[in-house]
Amino acid sequence: MKHRRARYLPLLLLLAAGLLLGGCGGAPLPFRLTNISGHMPDLDFKLTDDNGKPVTGADYRGKVVLLYFGYTHCPDVCPLTLAQLHVVMQRLGPLADGARILFVSVDPARDTPAIMHAYVNAFDKRAVGLVGDARSVEALSKRYRSAFTREPSSADGAYEVSHSSAIYVFDKRGRARVLATPSASQDDLVHDLHLLLDPGINP
Amino acid sequence: MKPPRLSLLLAGLLLAGGAHAAAADHVRASHAWIRVLPGALPAGAYVTLENDGDQPVALNGADSTVYADVMLHRSSTAGGMSRMSMVDSLDVPAHGKAVLAPAGYHLMLMQPKAPVKAGDTVRLTLKFTDGSTLATDFVARPANAMDAGDGHAMPAMDHGAMPHAAGH
Repeated sequence: MKHRRARYLPLLLLLAAGLLLGGCGGAPLPFRLTNISGHMPDLDFKLTDDNGKPVTGADYRGKVVLLYFGYTHCPDVCPLTLAQLHVVMQRLGPLADGARILFVSVDPARDTPAIMHAYVNAFDKRAVGLVGDARSVEALSKRYRSAFTREPSSADGAYEVSHSSAIYVFDKRGRARVLATPSASQDDLVHDLHLLLDPGINP
Repeated sequence: MKPPRLSLLLAGLLLAGGAHAAAADHVRASHAWIRVLPGALPAGAYVTLENDGDQPVALNGADSTVYADVMLHRSSTAGGMSRMSMVDSLDVPAHGKAVLAPAGYHLMLMQPKAPVKAGDTVRLTLKFTDGSTLATDFVARPANAMDAGDGHAMPAMDHGAMPHAAGH
């Protein structure tokens, strides 16, 4: 009996690893935030990063991604959210190096890579600003059932943008895992990111 | 609640406030700060207003020599969407207070005439609907600051909820 089990152990381990990687077996990770595993498509987009380099979702495989839509002419909620994500990253310590905050501009008319670069780096060195033409940004937004609209606000041509306030979290394989709503606590976000980043928990 | 030194400072500011506009001498401002963003991007300004008077007052804007335009705004989140809207005024009840804080009421500061850096002090003249004013020094804080940095953080902002509308 003992010998038999030993013989099959490597096979079992391989199987277990396969199941973990496949994400469809074993114990599900005990997320505290809204679990969207299997309910949202994998991270996929074609945009330009804040260094002016074309990037796709595949470029962020190997990183846990926090996806957030906003715009730089947003002086209140967007900076607050990014500042809070910075606090979350700080609380994760060295593990945070395995994560990226992707801040996607829903204001392609005003947000250039240079503006986005200065903006995201004012919050966290692991934040990346992404811009694209209106169609590419809309495609990404629709993919995650997010939304944004442009609203005129003053006579001088300035405008405000209403935008989805959710933060979408993807694992290192680009799979959508949890959704943080504006009412979610930082503790829960830190907890769930820990599950996704800790190599001992999720190889 | 408030350090006496700030009261003295504010009293001084009120005295220096010019003879034309009446000073809002029943209103005290504290935790006044600006979240500085890069370049010429609009910035949010936050402050707590306490009204010791027997009459309500209502904030309806601010003037600044540093920013070309200042608007009173409110952020709100409904149905998973964040939006900002202009508001005409914010009531500060008699013997009550009003809080301008992230994800709620804020002054939107636009078109800085010169770069504002974290650590700078920017004076805004708060304007009330009765014509009174209150000159207030706002401390410029880094983009990723969570509060005024004066040790009087709003309790909810430390380990609490993500952005939410701040009531008053």
